[in-house]
This record gives sequence, structure tokens and C-alpha cells, in this order.
Amino acid sequence: MADTLQTLDYAVLQQCMHCGMCLPTCPTYDATKHERNSPRGRIALMRAIADGDLAVSQAFADEMSYCLGCLACQTACPAGVNYAELFETARSTIERADAQPGAARSFWRWLTLRLIFTRPRLLRAAGRGLRLYQRTGLQTFARRTRLTALLPPAVRRVEPQAPPIAGAFSNRLIAAHETPTGEARYRVALLTGCIQDLVFSDVNRDTADVLLANGCAVDTPPVQPCCGSLHAHNGELDLARGLARRMIDLLPPDRYDAIISNAGGCGSHLRHYGSLLADDPVYRDRARLWDTKLRDVQEWLASIGPRAPKAAPFDEPVTLTYHESCHLVHGQKISRQPRELLRLLPGVSFVELPESSWCCGSAGVYAITQPDQAEALMRRKTANIGSTGATVVATANPGCQLQIIRGLREAGGSALVLHPMSLLARAYRNERG
Amino acid sequence: MQGAPLVGPSIVMSSALSLAPLLAGIVGESNVLTAAEDLVPYGFDGTAALRQRPAAVIFPTTTQQVAECVRLAIQASVPIVTRGSGTGLSGGSVPRADSLVLCLARMNAILDLDLENLTLRAQAGVVTQTIDQTVAPHGLLYPPDPGSMRISTIGGNVAENSGGLRGLKYGVTRDYVMAIETVLADGRIARFGSACVKDVAGYSLKDLFIGSEGTLGVITEVLLKLVPRPAARQTMLALYDDIEAAASTVSAIIAARIIPCTLEFLDHMTALCVEDYAHVGLPTDCAAVLLMETDGHPAAVADEAAKMAAIAREHGAREVRTAKDEAEALGLAAARRNAFSALARRRPTTILEDVTVPRNKLAAMVTFIAETAEAHHLEVGTFGHMGDGNLHPTFLTDERDGDAMARVHHALDAIVTRTLELGGTITGEHGVGLAKKPWLRQQMGDDSFEVMRQVKHALDPNGLLNPGKMFD
Repeated sequence: MADTLQTLDYAVLQQCMHCGMCLPTCPTYDATKHERNSPRGRIALMRAIADGDLAVSQAFADEMSYCLGCLACQTACPAGVNYAELFETARSTIERADAQPGAARSFWRWLTLRLIFTRPRLLRAAGRGLRLYQRTGLQTFARRTRLTALLPPAVRRVEPQAPPIAGAFSNRLIAAHETPTGEARYRVALLTGCIQDLVFSDVNRDTADVLLANGCAVDTPPVQPCCGSLHAHNGELDLARGLARRMIDLLPPDRYDAIISNAGGCGSHLRHYGSLLADDPVYRDRARLWDTKLRDVQEWLASIGPRAPKAAPFDEPVTLTYHESCHLVHGQKISRQPRELLRLLPGVSFVELPESSWCCGSAGVYAITQPDQAEALMRRKTANIGSTGATVVATANPGCQLQIIRGLREAGGSALVLHPMSLLARAYRNERG
Repeated sequence: MQGAPLVGPSIVMSSALSLAPLLAGIVGESNVLTAAEDLVPYGFDGTAALRQRPAAVIFPTTTQQVAECVRLAIQASVPIVTRGSGTGLSGGSVPRADSLVLCLARMNAILDLDLENLTLRAQAGVVTQTIDQTVAPHGLLYPPDPGSMRISTIGGNVAENSGGLRGLKYGVTRDYVMAIETVLADGRIARFGSACVKDVAGYSLKDLFIGSEGTLGVITEVLLKLVPRPAARQTMLALYDDIEAAASTVSAIIAARIIPCTLEFLDHMTALCVEDYAHVGLPTDCAAVLLMETDGHPAAVADEAAKMAAIAREHGAREVRTAKDEAEALGLAAARRNAFSALARRRPTTILEDVTVPRNKLAAMVTFIAETAEAHHLEVGTFGHMGDGNLHPTFLTDERDGDAMARVHHALDAIVTRTLELGGTITGEHGVGLAKKPWLRQQMGDDSFEVMRQVKHALDPNGLLNPGKMFD
């Protein structure tokens, strides 16, 4: 994969024949009706840069920051444009051209992308620090005394959105090797993610339980690097390559029937290590093998024939709807399988969510970089959820889960927001009475 | 710009740009775009290999604003290119370097749905599919369904007189336009047609503006006719091992006095690309596929479907499949609508044709296209509305390859000449625009061609409305 638009294979850009079929599926074009804010418009800008007709300007950087990277256009595109590759190459081009100067921005990027999100132990330490801040009353104190006003603006905006950190991380909840009762049919590795690990470690435990209940022996290394999705998405392709190599070293793909991800955003990146490391002669082959083994947990369960739970996840019958993570449905084309699994749940009536595959506005760090648009998308999502009358919302990505929890809270809704694995795990646990 | 031919003179006059503050006074500052990053994405429509950055783009929201902007631009001698969603396939909304793009995408209000007279009044920027979605709950149908209906605007459809998959039975956009409102080249606002089913007052100038490709005025509002939604529909696929058998099936169905709503043809290459994209179960191992659809009263539908299946088998269909439910039928039609774009999976550049011949000449035309492609060493995918005699041979090539592009041009020339020999037309539904401009005189003959130019000159004496389209 090339690092800049200028060195990118020109055919990737040419694949777009600007027919416009992407326009109605693009949330930002929908908001403005400006071609620049559309997939084909952005590709036209990228092509103009590759042709040398346009500079890598601040305006281009702004545009690529405004793009959610939801990849709805990639699903809609009849011509098969690889927008994910174009998007990441464009953001990488911007970083290399230094089109968005500013010492503060550089510092925060260095702190997060280069320092914290490349060192899993440091990330957990930061998580523990945040947990302490949230739980000791320090947060309440800081807010009441307006100490938060002293924070730099970027942090001040994020501070109230910081998710509640879990009491224990995945390594305390899941043993490195767990085996199912009865014979293990498959051997899988479980990736615990970063946000999933810090905020929703219970989802990782639930995922392991569901895998065990379906005859999988589960390996979960207690310390795992970030998959590099965050880095690739934000234009740091070299860092992403380094993390991919570490991941492959940690979990050699030939040892497993499947390598399991339960976060839509991570999975979408994880299954493209092959193209990311295509120019690395040492890792190339293993990266390709890795791609063939990488499975979203729902995709994997559907492919091995999931066991229907005999008990309901809740005491009372519930109405459930499903929000599709962009990177699960558009990035990984997994749409049917989560629904199939959710329909297996006893005591649950499933209703379709209108615009289920329309982005909720979470989109990685989008809520921080583009708060207005993120907010508008969140409200659209919660309004659609409200229209279903569902009391439980299932979604398979931590970013979406956080965004929808926040959206429903602000809208005064009371629906539970859970990962499909948590619902299945609850049902399996209830079988034991 | 690698290999992209420039459109018109590439001298950038400052006048459109210098109008920006005045235009902002009319439409508001946020509705005027002049930055390079904003303009590059308005340099093209859905047509391959045509690109030119305009000088400015504006988004009026009312007819009054359009009129004021037109007046301002005309006074300053700034050319105006009207645009909807930019999905056209003949370069009709590709701007000139010095031009002002009048984008009507934000004029997207449905103004009235009249359930007594079965009409709908809409601003030009309403998306075509939205119209049908709006009337469907009332048991009504707006039939024209061009391939880009999910995003194309009704104004663009009227300006291009767009067709679609249902043209055979229901006709094209023109057949559903009862009245239009249009801003003339001098900024006056004219209205032609009425809500009356019968209306022969004066010249039918409404019909002059339909299909005028933005060269005579800016269509701002339309009154559309609606029809009852058919109660039943059946969709079938007929599979062939040879293309001519598919063409002769179509001729036989027409000759048997059956008017299905759809008779779509896809050759092997097209079926392959569409299936690769849409996964709707299109066969990929046969030379040709006919997508046949009949709609209407359930009894009539059952009867017609049986007859069509029998005719297909008589004419050599290897197999006739029936869509099992509405979802499968809709999936097949939707997949077919994306045929052109799906062909782009194969090669970087897809050059699309729109030739149309009398239906009894279809087999001859299909054969000629295949032979021509082979003679010029070109890869071609052919699909189209066979029931209308409207074919879309699509050359799969690379615009950076000058030699291949020259061969494409020779092949197009040969196909157009043959089409005209067979009594056909250079464009069935995409319009002349830039892409078909070289052949309009050849089809019309000198006298008819000159009449068209006289009409253009009478209505737009300064030649500032979409200049360079249709003719120079």
C-alpha cells in the first residue's frame, strides 16, 4: 500500500467513473449537497492531487477530516472502488505534507498515536488513571470547581465524553487458554482490542463464553498490541505496519482455525494486513495467511453453525433492534450473520431499524474532530431507534455502543445497548438456571 | 490531467468569479463556491473522460433567485451551466472553464401532490426516486426510472428527457410532464403546459424545453402526471447461448402484440460484472440474458408471462427462470440499473453508447457491434433496453492509452453510421451533450440541423445557456 496519493497506483483512482451512485449513501453529502463532501468529489480531489493540479492544502485536509470513513460508498459502488485504501492514503498524504500544522495537534497525535496506542501496558495504565479520576470523586470535584476549564480546548471537549473505564481489563477476566466442556472442535485466538478492553472488557469475556459454548478452544494473550486501525485511519501507515507485524508475531496465523475480532472497526482493518504489508518480504506471506484466518466473531459463529440458546437472555420478553457498525457492514460486508444470531435468542422479538447501516456519528475520533456533524448523526440514529419501540439495541462495535448509549441518554431513552455476544452469553448462562 | 480532453476554451475569464459577491447577495454567501477544492468536484458528470473546472458554483433555492442569477450572469456575458446531481451520460452538465454552474440540488421541495387529478408538482432538484416513493403509498406510480433514479434530479430528467427500464410500456419522461416553469435566457420566468389532460393552446413549447439539455432555459419546476400502480408484476430471466436468439425473442414478443413493461438485455460481459457487484443470482455462463417483466392486472400478468416464457423457449432460450418474490424481482431490476457502472470493474475507462434502432433491426445491430469491437481490438460489454431498440454498447478501455482511445472513436463512428443506415438514432435516452455532438448533423441532415440552431438562437441569442452542448 502506497503512502501518498502521488505514489499510489493510478488505477485505484481511475476506478471511480463518477457515476454518482455513492451520493445518496454518503452522510456528509446528504447534509450539505456539496460534491466536495461526497465520495466521488473527494476522489476527484485526490486525483487532482495525484495529477499535480491541486496542492495538498488545509482545505483538502479539512475535507478528509470531514469524511467519516464509514465506507457506505464502498458498498454502494458498482464499479468496485477501494475507498478504504484511498481514504487512508489521502490521510497519510496529508500527514506527510504537514498540511495541518499546529504544535498542540502535533503533541496530541504524538501522545496518543505514537506513544499510548503503541504500548498496551501504557494504555492500560492510562486507563487505570482515568478510572481513578472517574471513580474517586475527582471528576465531580474538577467539574464542580471548574478546574476542567484549565484544560486545553481539545481535551476540555473530550473530557465529558470520556467513557467510563471498566473495573477490570480483559486479562483479569479471561485466562490465556480456555477450553470448552466437551471436545474442542476449533482452536481460535481472541483479540481484545483497545477501547473494548478498557471500557467493555465484559464484552470480551462474553465473546469468549460464546465461543466456548460453541466448541472453540480460546487463546487470549493477556497483553495485546493495538491492531493499528486507529493509526492507519489517521494517516500513520508506518506505525500501522509495525503494529501489524507485532500482532502477527504474537498470534502466528498457522496455529489457529480463526483469529477472532469482536469490534467492527478493528476487524475491518485487521483483515487487510495482506495489502498493508504487501511490500514487506519477511511478513508478506504470513500477512496474507492472517487475512484468510481473521474472522469477525459473528461471521465465524454463523459459518460453524451456532448453537441456539435454550434460555432467554432476559426474564421478560423484549423487543430488540440492531444497529450496524459501518466497518462491519460496509468494511467487512457482514450484515446477515448478526441478525441470524440475534434471531436465535428466545424471548426476543427482532425489529429492523430504519437506516440501520447509516453511520451513528461515532466513527473513531470523529465526535472529537467534527462534533457538530457527529451530533447530528447521533440524533438521527436515536430518533430511528425510538421509532422501533425497541428496549434493547444490539451493536457490534465499541465506538457505536458508546455513541448510542450517550445518544439515548441525552434523548431521555432507556433502551439497553449491548453487543450481540453479550446477549448470547446471557442466554447461555441462563440455561444453567 | 492525464489524457482528459479539455472542454471548450480553457481560458479562465475572471467575470464569473468577479460576480461572486453579487451572486452571494442573491443566494447567500454559503451558497456560492469559488475555492479550487470546491470546484474540482463540479468539473464532471457521469460521463467518462470529460473534465473541466468551472469558475464558480451557486445553489439557488427559489425560481426567483434563479431568475436573478441568470439576469446577472447574462449581463456580464458569463456562460451558465445548469446541473442537478451530475449523473448525466452525455456530458450535458460538464462545465466550461469560464462558466457559472447553477446547481439546483437544493431546490428539492415537493410542492403539491394532487390525489384528485393524479399529479405532482415539484421543484427541479427533487430526486427522481423520492417522487415515486412519495406517491407509492397512495397506490400511484411515477413510471420513468432511469438507471440513476436514486440520485438523479427530476429537473435533469426533464432536461435530458430520460428514459429507463419501463420505457417500452410506459414511455419516457416526456410522457409524464404536464407543465414546466423555466427561466429564460433573459431572466424572464415562463410557464408552459397546464394541469389539463387536454391543452392545445398555442405551440407546445413545453415539449421544446423537454430534452433541451439546458440550452434553452433553466427548468425550475415541473408538474408531473401519475398513473395507478399496477396490482401485480412478474419478473423472469431468459438465458441464451447466442445473442441473436435473445434479440429475435424480443422482436417476436413485440410482434405477438405483447407489451411487457421491461425487456432488458445483458450480454455475457455485462452479466458477469453486474453479478460480481450485486450477487443477485444472474447467470454468468451464458452469452445473453433477457430480463423480462410484465405488470398490470394479475390475470393479464399471468397470461403474458406464460406467453413470453413460451416465446423465449421457441426462440432458443436455454432456460427461463421466474423471480420467486418481489424482493428478488426488485433486486434484479436494481442490479440491472447499475450495469454501466458495474462494467467499470473491468477497466479504468468505460465509454458508453446509446444507439437506438427500430426493433426489427436489433439482431443486425447487436451482431454489428460485436464484429466492430473485434475488428478494432476492443473489449465491449453490451446491454440495453431491447424492447425499445435502445442499446448501450460500452467500450472498456483506458483513457490514458491514446491508441486505444483512437480505436474507440473509430468503432463509435462505425456504429453510429450503421445505426443511421438502419433508420436509428445516435441517442435514445442520454442526450447529445458533448459526447454525441459530432454526429448530430449526420443524423439530422443540414436543413433540420439548421432549424435546431435557429431555435437555439431565437431563445438564447447570446449563446450563454450551456454553450457548446448539442452543437457549437
